[in-house]
Amino acid sequence: MTDVNVKMEALAGVDPNALPLQVKDLHVEFRTRNGIAHAVNGVSFDLRAGETRAILGESGCGKSVTAQAIMGILDSPPGFVTGGEILYRGVDLLKLPESERRKVRANRIAMIFQDALSALNPVFTVGFQLAELFRMHRGMSRQDAKARAVELLDLVKIPAARQRVNDYPHQFSGGMRQRVMIAMALALDPEVLIADEPTTALDVTVQAQIMALLAELQRERNMGLVLITHDMGVVADVADRISVMYAGRVIEEAGVDDIYASPAHPYTKGLLESIPRLDLKGQELSAIKGLPPALTNIPPGCAFNPRCRYTQEVCREDPVPPLYQVSPSRTAACHFWKEVKGDE
Amino acid sequence: MSDLTSAGTAVGGGPVGAGGPLPDQPATGGRERSASLWADARRQLVRDPVFVLSCLYILAVGSMAAFPKLWTGQDPRDCTTDRSRLSPGGEHVFGTDILGCDYYSHAIYGARPSMIIAIMATGTMIIIGGSLGLLAGYYGGWVDTIISRVMDVFLSLPFLLGAIVFLTVIKRQNEFTIAMVLFLLTWPVIARIIRGSVISSKDLDYVQAAKAVGARNGRVMFRHILPNAIAPMLVYATIVLGSFVAAEATLTYLGVGLQPPAQSWGIMISTHQVYFLEDPWLLLFPCGLLVGTVLSFILMGDALRDALDPKFR
Amino acid sequence: MGRYVIRRLLQFIPTVLGTMFLLHYITSLAIQFSGNPVRALFGDRTPPPALLQAITERLGYGDPCLDRKGDPCLWRAAEDGGGLLGSGYELGLFFDRLHGIFFNFDFGINLRQQEVTDLVANAIPFTLKLLVIAIVFEAVVGIAAGVLAGLRGGSFLDYMVKISTVFVISVPIFVLGLVVREFVGVKFGNVLRGQDWIPDLISVGVFSPVFKPDYPLASLIIPGMVLGSVSLATTARLTRTSIMENVRADYVRTAKAKGLTNKRVIGVHTLRNSLIPVITFLGVDIGAAMAGAVVTETIFNVPGIGRLVTMSARTGESSVVIGVVTMLVLVVLLANLLVDILYAVLDPRIRYE
Repeated sequence: MTDVNVKMEALAGVDPNALPLQVKDLHVEFRTRNGIAHAVNGVSFDLRAGETRAILGESGCGKSVTAQAIMGILDSPPGFVTGGEILYRGVDLLKLPESERRKVRANRIAMIFQDALSALNPVFTVGFQLAELFRMHRGMSRQDAKARAVELLDLVKIPAARQRVNDYPHQFSGGMRQRVMIAMALALDPEVLIADEPTTALDVTVQAQIMALLAELQRERNMGLVLITHDMGVVADVADRISVMYAGRVIEEAGVDDIYASPAHPYTKGLLESIPRLDLKGQELSAIKGLPPALTNIPPGCAFNPRCRYTQEVCREDPVPPLYQVSPSRTAACHFWKEVKGDE
Repeated sequence: MSDLTSAGTAVGGGPVGAGGPLPDQPATGGRERSASLWADARRQLVRDPVFVLSCLYILAVGSMAAFPKLWTGQDPRDCTTDRSRLSPGGEHVFGTDILGCDYYSHAIYGARPSMIIAIMATGTMIIIGGSLGLLAGYYGGWVDTIISRVMDVFLSLPFLLGAIVFLTVIKRQNEFTIAMVLFLLTWPVIARIIRGSVISSKDLDYVQAAKAVGARNGRVMFRHILPNAIAPMLVYATIVLGSFVAAEATLTYLGVGLQPPAQSWGIMISTHQVYFLEDPWLLLFPCGLLVGTVLSFILMGDALRDALDPKFR
Repeated sequence: MGRYVIRRLLQFIPTVLGTMFLLHYITSLAIQFSGNPVRALFGDRTPPPALLQAITERLGYGDPCLDRKGDPCLWRAAEDGGGLLGSGYELGLFFDRLHGIFFNFDFGINLRQQEVTDLVANAIPFTLKLLVIAIVFEAVVGIAAGVLAGLRGGSFLDYMVKISTVFVISVPIFVLGLVVREFVGVKFGNVLRGQDWIPDLISVGVFSPVFKPDYPLASLIIPGMVLGSVSLATTARLTRTSIMENVRADYVRTAKAKGLTNKRVIGVHTLRNSLIPVITFLGVDIGAAMAGAVVTETIFNVPGIGRLVTMSARTGESSVVIGVVTMLVLVVLLANLLVDILYAVLDPRIRYE
C-alpha cells in the first residue's frame, strides 16, 4: 500500500478518508448535426472501497457515456460534460487541468472496455502496450517494464506469459484478450476500476471465468468496481449495489437483494420479468414493449411513460419524477413506487 | 493524368467498390431497395449546385462535340498565315493560332475527338470490364483466378507507359486506336470494382433466397446482383470519363496521340506551348476547356458517390 | 511471415510472365501486320543490307513466326525434328526473349546498335533523382497536411486539402508542368536572374525552366515537385481519411484511458495505424511516378528515362520503347512486391493470416 500513499501526495486536495468515487448530478450532451442528444441527465452515485456498483440499462441509456465522462475520454466534440461533479477522494476531476487529469487515469481510476480486440492496438505487441504504462507513468526502462508486463500476464492467469508477452492482440482468444485488458487496467494499482460490459463479447463459460477473476482481484486489492452491464444475471452474482439507468437518468438505486426481491420502478420490474427462468418454463416470457426514446427527443415527464403500464396523467407532465426514498438505503424515481413494489 | 487507378479512390476517400451492398438497410428485396436509393439520390443531386453546374458544363461541351455548327459558323481550317497569332477580340473571339486559323472554332471542333475517345473507351471498358468482373465475382473458383491474374497483368503496366508502348507499335494513331488502348489498360479497374461488389452482394440473404427457390444464374446475376454493382460503376465511369479526356490530351502532347492536322485540345496545347509568354491565350483557352471538362466529370462523379453511397448521408 | 512471402512470390511470377507475354505479343502482332519495323525506321534512306540484317537478327525480328498473322510465337518447329519431349516443337521467340532478359540482361538495341541497357544506364541517375525528390516532397508535405487536416476536420486546412485534391486530379500533369515551367521557370526565374544578390544556384539552377547539366540536382527540384504534386493531394487525402477513422478507434480511446499524453496518443497509437495505407500507397505510387516522369522529363527536358521513351516513341523506335518499358515494368512489379512485404511488416494482422 505504500505505493498508493506516494501517489496520493502527488495530487493536491486529496482526502484519504473521502470516497474513492462520487458522481454528483452529471450531465453530458452530444451536439450533433441532428440536434443535441441528452445522453446523461443528472446521474449520481457513490462508490466505496471494495464495493461493486452495477450500472444497469439497455444500450443507449447513457451508461457507457457516464463511464467515459468519469475517465475524461469522451469524444469531444461532439460530447460535452455540461454539469455536475466527479469526485475522486474529494477532488473534483472536472475542475482539474488536463495534465493533472491525465495522471488520474490508469493510476487511480482505470477502465476495461467491452471489445478487447478493437480496444487493444492491433499493431503493437501486448507486452509493448502493457509496458508502455510503466514506462510513461513510472519512468521505468524498457527492460524493467517488460518484466512487469510478464508479471501482470501471470497475475491474470495467462499461461506461458513469458512467451505470450511478445504476441499481438489478434493472436489471443477472446477470453485471453479480455484478461490482457484487465491486466492493463490493474497495472498501476488503481483504486477504482470501471468495467464497461467486460464480458458481453464472450462465450458464457468464459464470461464466468472473467467475472470470477475480476472479483478475486478486486477482493485482493480492495478496489472499488463500477460494473456497467445490461445483463441482470451478471449483476446478481457480483454486485453490491445497483443503479438502474433509463434515458440518461438513474431511475432506481438500491442494494442488490432489495432490487431482486421487490423492484420499485416499473422499468426495473420489466427488466427482471424479461429474464428467462427455469422455474417458469412453459409460460410466456414478458418483454418491455416499445423502444427506448431517442436521446434527442426525450418525452416530458417520466421518460419511461410511453412504455409503462402504471402510467397516469402525472407521469406525462414535467417535472421528472423525483427520487423517492423507498427505504433508508434505496431510492426510486416513480410516482407509483408503492404500487409497483407492493404489486408483487 | 498519370494514374487512373488512384483517381477513383482519391476523390472521395474510400474506394468506390466498397459501396456496393448497403449493410444498414434491411434486405427486403433488391429492386425496391435500389429504387428508393435512386430516388433519394436524384433528390439530393438536383439540390447540389456543384452537380448541376458540372452537368451544365458537360452538356455544353457535349453539344460542342456533337453539333459544332451550333456554336460557330466559322471553319477552323480556313487559315491564312498573314493573320497569325491575332489577339482575341472582334471577328476572332479567341484570336487566331500560329497558322492564322480561327482559334475559337478550333477549340469548338477540338471537343469532338476528346469526347469520342472518352465515351468510346469508357463504354467498352464498362461492357467488357464489367462482364469479366461479374463473371469472376459470381462464379469464383478457377474463373476468378484466371480473370484476376489477367487483371494483374494489365494493371502492372503503368498507364502512361503502357499507352506509349501500344501506340508506338500500333503506329496508327486515330480516335479508335487511342480509345482501344485506353480501354485495354483500364478495364481491370472496373472489373475489380464490379467483382468486389458482386462478391459482397452474393452472400446477401435475398440473393441466397433467390438461388434457393431455383432462379437461374443469369436471372440472379441481372435481377439481383447487378443492380447493387451499378452505383459504384456509375460513379467510377463518370470519373474515368474525365480522366480519359485528360489522358487523350496527355498522349497527344507526348506525340503518340492524335497528330495534326486533326483538331483537339491536346494538339492546340502542344503546338502553342512555346508562345505561352507572348500570347498566353493560345494556351489559356484549350487548357481552360480541358481542365473544366475534366473537373466537371470528376465533381459529378464525386457528387454521385455522395448521393449513392448511404455511408455519406 | 515466411509463408506470406512465398505466397506473394508465387503470385508474382505468373504476373511477371503474363506482362512479358503481353508486351511480346503486342510487338509481334505489330510486326505481323505491318512488317519489319527496322526497315520502316530508316524512312526514305535505304539502309545497308548488312546493317539491316544485323539489327533484325539481334532483335529476333527474323523469326518465321512473325510472318504468320496472330501467331503468339510461343512454339516453333524444331530444326532437328525432335524438339521438346519429342513433340516436334521447341520453345519459340517468346522464350528466347525471356532468356535474353533474365539471363543475359538483354533488352534490345536501338538503330545505332547501342544497347538499351546502356541507354538506360546513362539516363537513370536523372530519373532516380527526380523520383526521390518527387516522393519525398509528396510524402512529407502530403502526410503533414493530411495529419493536420484529419485531426481538425472542418478546419481551413481540411478544406484546402479537399479542394486541392480535386483540383490536382483534374489538371493534367502536362498542363501543370507547362504552366509551372513558364511562370516559375521563365517569368519568375527571369526576375531572379536580374537580381545580382541572388546566388546563381538559386536563380540559374533551381528556377531554371529546363534541366541544366551544370546544376544536376538544383535544376531537378522544381520538376520533381511538379511530379510529386500529382499524388501529393491523394496522399494528403488518404492520410486525412485514415487519421479521421483512427482517432475515433477504440484502441485510441484505450490509449487515452491509459493516461498517456496527447502527443503519445496521436504520435504513437494513432499515427502508426493510420500510416499503413499511406505507406502502401506511396510504394505503389512509385510506378505511377515513373510513368509521370515521362511527361515531366519531356517538359523540363531532363535527359532521363522518361524523355528517352518519349523521344524514341516520337521517332517510332519501338525496339527502344519496348526495351525500356519492359525494364520499368519489372522494376514496378518488384516495387509492388516489396510494398506488399512491407505491408506485412507494418501490419501484424496480415503477417499471421
